Amino acid sequence: MAAHSGEIRYLTPPTVDVKKKKYCRFKKSGIKYIDYKDPEFLKKFLNEQGKILPRRLTGTSLKYQRKVAQAVKRARHLALLPYVTDMMK
Amino acid sequence: MLNHYEAVFILTPVLSDNQMKEAVDKFKAVISDNGGTITNEENWGMRKLAYPIQKKSTGFYALLQFDVEPTVIAALETQFRRDERVLRFLTFRLDKYAYEYAEKRKNVKSQPKEVKEEAAKKETKEEKEN
Repeated sequence: MAAHSGEIRYLTPPTVDVKKKKYCRFKKSGIKYIDYKDPEFLKKFLNEQGKILPRRLTGTSLKYQRKVAQAVKRARHLALLPYVTDMMK
Repeated sequence: MLNHYEAVFILTPVLSDNQMKEAVDKFKAVISDNGGTITNEENWGMRKLAYPIQKKSTGFYALLQFDVEPTVIAALETQFRRDERVLRFLTFRLDKYAYEYAEKRKNVKSQPKEVKEEAAKKETKEEKEN
């Protein structure tokens, strides 16, 4: 602790958040159809209670968010995904 | 005008293997009797249901892909509803992209695992890059 050079020092350095730009994975990788028969893939868009995650968290574009929602609902109907649950992951 | 369709249905687990086949054949017959053609058939076998249906926790999943006139679908669905062996069903019209996907799925059915793994790998890689 030699010189207090007027610089502010923190115990924990403030996290300068580098904002990672969200992107729509469907647009990016060119997926045109979201399969309702693949519950493992659809789980990426659900929280641990089995609710559909909002667009603001996943970054999915509106067009594909609608398709994701539709696919999840179809999968739920076929008991591939639960309607309600706890600790899914 | 023929459309591409896909039907997934769940049969009760209490049936024997032969009864399963018989039930699937029955629905195939409904389609083919009405002038449809079955293009793909998959049996996913016994699967655990995500939630109990009619107090059953497992079910036998079957998938049929077929080309048929739209008017036949109503007849097929009544058959599904009337049949007590069917726990759940879903008929789905394949649009352009869904049809492409279904055809791809049909072609890689012999080695579906590898393809899926590759796709998964590719995706994780892409995510890392960003």
